[in-house]
Order: sequence, then structure tokens, then C-alpha cells
Amino acid sequence: MCAMSLHATYRDSGSVTVVDMGGRIVLGDGSALLRKTIGQLLADDRTKILINLADVNYIDSSGIGELVHAYTSVKTRGGELKLLHLTKKVRDLLQITKLYTVFEVYSDEPTAVRSFSII
Amino acid sequence: MAQDNKHLEVVLDTQVESVNLAEEMCLRVAESAGFDEEMCYRIGMSVREGVINAFHYGNQERPEKKIHLAVDITPEKLVIHVMDEGKGFKLSDVPDPLAEENILSTSGRGIFLMRAFMDEFDVVPGTTGGAEIVMSKRLPGSDNGHSNGQSGGTSSDNAPREET
Repeated sequence: MCAMSLHATYRDSGSVTVVDMGGRIVLGDGSALLRKTIGQLLADDRTKILINLADVNYIDSSGIGELVHAYTSVKTRGGELKLLHLTKKVRDLLQITKLYTVFEVYSDEPTAVRSFSII
Repeated sequence: MAQDNKHLEVVLDTQVESVNLAEEMCLRVAESAGFDEEMCYRIGMSVREGVINAFHYGNQERPEKKIHLAVDITPEKLVIHVMDEGKGFKLSDVPDPLAEENILSTSGRGIFLMRAFMDEFDVVPGTTGGAEIVMSKRLPGSDNGHSNGQSGGTSSDNAPREET
């Protein structure tokens, strides 16, 4: 089992904030870090958020719930939250939970960044 | 119990760390039983979800309550039991997380994932008065050792929405 804990950093790409995450988004610190990061971004009025999950190799139901919470929180603020670079396991999870039809998912960062509304 | 059966049992505290501990323990058992990496992932995830269910919903995160985990290996399958000390629940009362009104719920997907990832799944009244989750996976090479058709999550019903 990979015990790597979750880490998250963010950077600007134009008006879009790209959050690079790595590790496991699971019950406990992993889910809490995701919530804290999104909370900080919204507090800074960053409402165009692209979460890069390239290095996230594991998500459990708590992590899925946290992603949904992030999505609804950003949407409530009039913003957009999209996902980038899903690993196969994460993609499969979002498919069987039908969340793949909710999130906009991209495999190319420039295309993902351009997809956000200009305003 | 037959001589070629193996049984492992552990009592866990109601704390977040127990989820990782249970997953790790069951992964080792699954690996030693010959399951491949993908099957180990599904078994490990199911154990996580079972223990999260006991931790959060069953025991209500109350530290004085315990989580009872047992693993049996029979000649045919790996069987996992997760029992809490809560009030119990009926599977029929669990909301469908795929229903339109629940799709954006931030919780309630654990039972669904266990059902998807294991070959057999049930919830029965536990001897503690709480709920006992019983789930199993057929051993590799057993007569019916194919995986659950629901697992893997690539059904065409849920076609990806990807824009590249």
C-alpha cells in the first residue's frame, strides 16, 4: 500500500488557479487538506480552479465526497472547478459513481485552462 | 472449521488510524492468498469503506466503542467481516448514490463501492447489536474465480465526458 500522504500546491495560469495534488485523498488528513486548500482559494476570491490529479493514485469515498464538496462550494460562489489528468483508478471511481458526468475532466492543461470563462 | 481454512481477527479502536490499519492488514492477507494488484486494490478499498462505515455511521466516532474485523480464507474465497457497536441498519434504507437527487451528496458512497468491488456483499445483525458487513471475493484459480461484473467501473452507461 502506498502510504504517501496528500500534498497540495497551487499556481496561476492566467486567471485560472491550478492546484497540483499528490498522494491519497482519503478519510482524515487527505480530505481535510483538500477542503482547506479550496477554502483558502475561495477566501482569496479565486473561483476558477483546475485540480491536477496526475499524482493522486488513490481516492476513497471520503475523498470523493470532498471533491464533490469542493465542486459545489466553488459553483455556489459563481465559479468553476474542473479536473485534470486523472489516473486510471480515479477515472474508474468517478465513472462508477457517475460523477464523471458532473465534473469537466481534461487530459491537457492548456485546453483545460482555455475552457474557463473569460469573465 | 476445516484445517485448510485460515482465520484472522482483530479488534480496532474507533479512530481514523484504524481505517488504514485494517486496509493494510487485509491487503497483506489478500496478497498472500494470490490476488493480483487490481483485486488487492478492490479488496483494500472495500475494507476501508467497511471500516469507515463502522467508524462513522455505526460507532458514531465514539472512542469507547470498538470495530471488530475478521478475515477468513476458505478454499474458495476470502471473506471479510466488519462489525460495529452501533444500532445496526438495513441495506434497503441506504439511499442510492447514483440517484439524481443524491449525485452531489458529499457522503453515502461506501456501501455502493463495496458492492461494486466485491463478489458478495451483505449486512446482517451483529452479535454486538450493531451491523455486521460480510463481503467476499473468490480466490484466484477457484472454480468461479472471475471478478464481479460490476467492478472496474467501465460500463458504457457512464460514458466519460472528456474534452481534450
